Amino acid sequence: MPETPVRGRRKPQPAHVLATFAWLALVWWLWSGHTEPMIIGFGVASCLLVVWLSVRMEVVDDEGEPISVALGLLGYVPWLLLEIAKANIHVAGVIWSPRLPIRRRLFSVPTSQASELGNAIYANSITLTPGTVALDVRRDTILVHALTQDSQEGLETGEMDRRVTKLERGWGEA
Amino acid sequence: MSVIEISSGVLLALGTFFCVTGGIGLLRLPDFYSRAHAGGLPDTLGATLILAGLVLLAGPNLIAVKLVMVGVLLHVTSPTGVHALAKAAYSRGVRAEEDSSE
Repeated sequence: MPETPVRGRRKPQPAHVLATFAWLALVWWLWSGHTEPMIIGFGVASCLLVVWLSVRMEVVDDEGEPISVALGLLGYVPWLLLEIAKANIHVAGVIWSPRLPIRRRLFSVPTSQASELGNAIYANSITLTPGTVALDVRRDTILVHALTQDSQEGLETGEMDRRVTKLERGWGEA
Repeated sequence: MSVIEISSGVLLALGTFFCVTGGIGLLRLPDFYSRAHAGGLPDTLGATLILAGLVLLAGPNLIAVKLVMVGVLLHVTSPTGVHALAKAAYSRGVRAEEDSSE
């Protein structure tokens, strides 16, 4: 298991501080749509204030600002959305079917992620896909409730696990 | 009606279908955990299709971006909420019924 980062032990890395500011500034502008210099000035000031507060709160790390996975998400999210769509159609078919062909099962799937962030992404992906819900995230496994045999077998292929682990490694090692 | 309006209408109708299906699933499915699966339909494909339909109507502007962000937010918060519910039920001893193979 990797060493769990202890908050407050490390100084925030410039890249994370910069990413926090950039993200806040982008969201500020997308939300407000203002272009007047004075209003933008207020925006920049409030973004800086929030960055300062976040650094003080020691939440500016790779968990708060996961830049290491940001690029990988561009490849992962479309795949996940497609899986979600397929699972939606499957579960909708089960719900509309008169004899309600469910086969509920509790089972564990192994996880190969190294970080808590990777584990959280995997568990959330499982829950987000209709037909499987993550009940309990343990050290090296996730306890899952599946609605049908198809849902269970789909998850047990391990493809989602592999993709999240690849995503977690980020640039360089991929 | 323009092509955009028609495509938007189709997306809204499909999204509504998945939302209604989720509701029916909540009623039809037999126990707590299987109902948690039905709750995922409106939150994922239902919301995505409805938001996509609205984005088409909004046109390429900041409102469309905000609608997309609503979708992103839903996709992050929904599994967190469902997991919190399911985990709370599991750790408080709500038994998960299991079916034998067909």
